[in-house]
Amino acid sequence: MRGMSLIVQVMAGLLAGMVFLYGGYIILHGHLTPGGGFAGGVLVAAALILLSLAYGSVEQVEKRRYIFSSVFESLGGVFFLALALVGYFAADCFFRNTGVFYLGKPLQLVSGGLIPLANIAIGVKVGAGLFAVFLALGASRFVMKE
Amino acid sequence: MEGKFLPLFIAVPLAGAFLVPLLSKLWSRFADLIAGIASAALLVISVYTWLILKAGGVPLHYWVGGWKVIGIAMWFDALTALIVLVINIVAFCAMLYSIRYLDRYTTGRWKFYTLFLLLVAGLNGLAISGDLFNMFVFIEISAIASYALVAFGTEEEEVEAAFKYMVLGEVGGAVLLFGIALLYAHASTLNLATLSQTLITNGKTPFYWFTIATLLIGFAIKMGMEPFHAWLADAHFSAPAPISAMLSGVFIKVTGVYGMCRLMFNVFGVSRAQTPAFFNLLIAFGAVSMVLGGLLAYSQNDYKRLLAYSSISQIGYILVALGIGNYWGFVGALFHILAHALGKGTLFLASGSVEMQAGTRELDHLKGLERSMPFTSWAHILGSFSMAGVPPFAGFFSKLFIIIGAIAARMYWLAFLAALFSAVTLSYLTKVVNTAFFAKKNEAPTKAKESPATMVLAMVLLVALILVVGIGFQGVLDHLIGPAAKVLLNGLDYARLMLGG
Amino acid sequence: MIPYIACVLLFLIGLYVVVSKRNLIKIVIGFCLIEYAVNLFFALVGFKKGALPPIITGADQVRLGVARNFVDPIPQALVLTAIVIGLSTTALMLSLALRLYEKHKTFDVSEFRKLKG
Repeated sequence: MRGMSLIVQVMAGLLAGMVFLYGGYIILHGHLTPGGGFAGGVLVAAALILLSLAYGSVEQVEKRRYIFSSVFESLGGVFFLALALVGYFAADCFFRNTGVFYLGKPLQLVSGGLIPLANIAIGVKVGAGLFAVFLALGASRFVMKE
Repeated sequence: MEGKFLPLFIAVPLAGAFLVPLLSKLWSRFADLIAGIASAALLVISVYTWLILKAGGVPLHYWVGGWKVIGIAMWFDALTALIVLVINIVAFCAMLYSIRYLDRYTTGRWKFYTLFLLLVAGLNGLAISGDLFNMFVFIEISAIASYALVAFGTEEEEVEAAFKYMVLGEVGGAVLLFGIALLYAHASTLNLATLSQTLITNGKTPFYWFTIATLLIGFAIKMGMEPFHAWLADAHFSAPAPISAMLSGVFIKVTGVYGMCRLMFNVFGVSRAQTPAFFNLLIAFGAVSMVLGGLLAYSQNDYKRLLAYSSISQIGYILVALGIGNYWGFVGALFHILAHALGKGTLFLASGSVEMQAGTRELDHLKGLERSMPFTSWAHILGSFSMAGVPPFAGFFSKLFIIIGAIAARMYWLAFLAALFSAVTLSYLTKVVNTAFFAKKNEAPTKAKESPATMVLAMVLLVALILVVGIGFQGVLDHLIGPAAKVLLNGLDYARLMLGG
Repeated sequence: MIPYIACVLLFLIGLYVVVSKRNLIKIVIGFCLIEYAVNLFFALVGFKKGALPPIITGADQVRLGVARNFVDPIPQALVLTAIVIGLSTTALMLSLALRLYEKHKTFDVSEFRKLKG
């Protein structure tokens, strides 16, 4: 993949941090404002894609990026399933939002028990997953060969 | 009664599907191990839950998150038990088969197993869900996994078939979602039981019939009913053999026929006395499928394509049996779901074995394989007998019940049509057996040797199950199929049981 | 009533594009139109005249036990799920289209003659 010119690279470096921060904000406040795991995950993926397009890559870097996103996607999924199963084993019901998790007062940031953790898991999974889709569709030669 | 193990039907294959990409970076055979453990565990859990159901006599339920009526429900009654057993048995045999079958594909093995476990998770989740939107989400999960699996070899014809299948299947999914939106606008609830009760009190307006029609079209696309059958032949023909077995034997029936039955019989409560138009529609389209699939299968030269057209014909049988509408019709339809899943699974696995060893699928080039591949040929021959309705195999009893149901409803022409096309099925399957497996005296047999042990074991397992179901048909009827048919017959009891229990 | 008819019209336009266009990418775009139409219809089902968006803000609403006039939030949650499903379907369709382009060097559907019937 070829990179872009110097102006684009500098601006992308500055902007990617802000986009990443905004995506994290939407993920973490998923139980208070609209958005949640999926929308925030798409923004995180957008930040990663912005950097990847601006700087370009060679084959070894592409391979590292692909393995990185694949591992994070699986970890996000496993974490979500583990959260659901905590309710199953510790308390009485699958996905139960009580007991082990910290419930707190309503409308605070640290509250709602299971829901912010589930949002984080989904955000990680969607972000890494969309970045892997971008790598595969961008005709990355490593992904096609494997 | 509370069913403690119901979430495991979804959690076990999903955990397997998430762990496979992670762990197979360490050692490539981990994928086989995890997939094998997951499908074996699912088989054990499904048999165990069925035994709990039989011991208790009352359907099992599970409310996710502990929230009663307004939450998501999981429901396990006799119909669910039958479907879940069919899914997990065929999935286990396909998994066993694909351990050695994947050696001929250069794409990574872990990709296959991830997608396969997602397919199984989607199908199981669909079977046990008691909530309408949950059903839609699981239908879409299993459909997307199947599109990717059909394109697995990434050669030209496979990708083309997968694209065609995908566009048609997803338009069907969109129509289904449209129907669900209409239903929600009508009843403002999505739990199947409360939906059923709301629909009874609200009465039958034209809007209600429009909703039924939209949902029926959505399911018809998913199950390959006429006139939406065009994707079946190409998709089953190009997919890898264990995936063809899963698609043809399990997927079109569970997402199409079971989804439609749950909605139509248990939620809408259609019955022959009140809405004969629906049943006549099913009989009409089913008969067209049966005739068209059977006749088109005659002219095929390729082994797997013939089996794919035969699947269209067998779906026609099931629809005709459902359309008859009395107890024997339902028993025949459910028995045929079981018999066809086992029989067609055996035939597709045998075809994959032949393709892997002899290198070709054209019927003109395969001669006299019985001497060199004894297990495969006898598996194919016994599977063909079951599909054609020869006693004492399972297929004979299913066709017998369908004909009994047709005669009991005084539709003699339907019974005659069913018997006639049973003979047609026998003839085209025998054509394959004669040309491919038994050689004439002066023709040299094609060079091949027998397939590896796990593939043979999977085929032998399916054939053994066909024999068991056939010989012990009275036991299967009493314990498995009879209660399931009663669930369909007394459709509206579903709501009463779920909300009361 | 007008928004619902517009959604059905959009669905029919998307269906027309899927059925009659020959370029693979145009077929994918037609399918995206169908997806948009159905999601929009579903989200519009929950509308009530003169109601607030279903978000609880401010401590007083929590104390009063949420006795306000809210738009129905269930279709919004369901449409979120349906959008995710549509996204993954579009990604898969595009990757299949790319693979077909690599093999045949064209996006034209009538060039694919290998599979008949």
